[in-house]
Amino acid sequence: MHVLTFTLLTLAGALVAGLVGALTGLGGGVVLVPLLTLGLGVDIRYAIGASLVCVIATSSGAAAAFVREGFTNIRVGMFLEIATTVGALLGTVLAVYVSSSMLAVIFGIVLLFSAAQSMRQRVEHIAATAPGTLGARLRLSSTYPLGGKLVSYGVERVPAGFAMMFVAGILSALLGIGSGVVKVLAMDRAMHLPYKVSTTTSNFMIGVTAAASAGVYLHRGYIDPVLVMPVVLGVLAGATLGARLLARVHVKPLRMLFTAIMIALAIEMLYQGITKRI
Amino acid sequence: MIEPPAGNAHEDFALEQRLGTLLRGGVILSATVTLIGGIMYLAAHGSAIASFHTFTGEPAELRTVSGVIRGVARGDSVSIIQLGVLLLIATPIARVFISVIGFARERDWMYVACSLLVLALLCFSLVHGG
Repeated sequence: MHVLTFTLLTLAGALVAGLVGALTGLGGGVVLVPLLTLGLGVDIRYAIGASLVCVIATSSGAAAAFVREGFTNIRVGMFLEIATTVGALLGTVLAVYVSSSMLAVIFGIVLLFSAAQSMRQRVEHIAATAPGTLGARLRLSSTYPLGGKLVSYGVERVPAGFAMMFVAGILSALLGIGSGVVKVLAMDRAMHLPYKVSTTTSNFMIGVTAAASAGVYLHRGYIDPVLVMPVVLGVLAGATLGARLLARVHVKPLRMLFTAIMIALAIEMLYQGITKRI
Repeated sequence: MIEPPAGNAHEDFALEQRLGTLLRGGVILSATVTLIGGIMYLAAHGSAIASFHTFTGEPAELRTVSGVIRGVARGDSVSIIQLGVLLLIATPIARVFISVIGFARERDWMYVACSLLVLALLCFSLVHGG
């Protein structure tokens, strides 16, 4: 295939991934690696490198808006980024010992897990920080805008959240994804932060987590500029368009369709990994 | 220990605005550089054969910050795209750096320490390569 044809195909695929990722709030990163490996026959290491770069682009772009609107808890983010960056650096070390087939299998499992999480009912939490706990000592309580006024919230079980963030960091580096699903789980489920605070703070952290492993992968030669170019530009264009369309689109059927695609990709990744085709 | 009322939301407001501006600027700048390099590359090599099926690793010059800068100075289109990628990786790193300054202004030394630790890990990854 000629470079121009390949670039245009990749650009189109990445645009759709970015668009749907932004519209459904599920992030496009988790479908990029399957799209590149299964759809375009790209080696999984190049795919992971390209995907990490895109993850930085989309999360930084979206975080720019959220952080100004006051949803993001930058203290929670900053503290938990210690866990995700250490996890990510460990992930890059582990990546040396994990075969491409094994990566495909882990990817399939994470995709299935993400699909399951996207179907789960949301529960809105407003926790109170108990005095003397780690959350109180770190002053993690804050406020967020809800229905035109600022609502105060606290935080619980910080060590559990921290441990989960460590896992999120490892997965991010191994698979070239943002690990947003695990990050939201850590803040929403373990630390009982409000859902909107969890998702925006997760997004805020994704760029730093991905940058930690992207630096290492750059040195290992995983980041191919010619491949990255259409992927990152496509995803950014798609995500920007998605943010504009969000108010005018029925998200629910789209979310169900995207979940179904994730399950299909998961099965294909598992099959290709188990039969050692990847 | 008494919980400070409503966290530090008000104090952090200025920092939040600065971080938002920085993140947006970084993404726009890096996308522009990537696009310029990409158009230059496609104009010269669009009819070459694409090969990403087998992993061979990138040439040494595209693996380090200094190598990429040398390539850009030569006007190499692939290096210009890689500069866009480097700018993108640098965006969250710059965000952490601005956080260090922001927390230092608030005299919040615990968070200065947190941000510095993350900053050190990120710089180690980008410069040393893990």
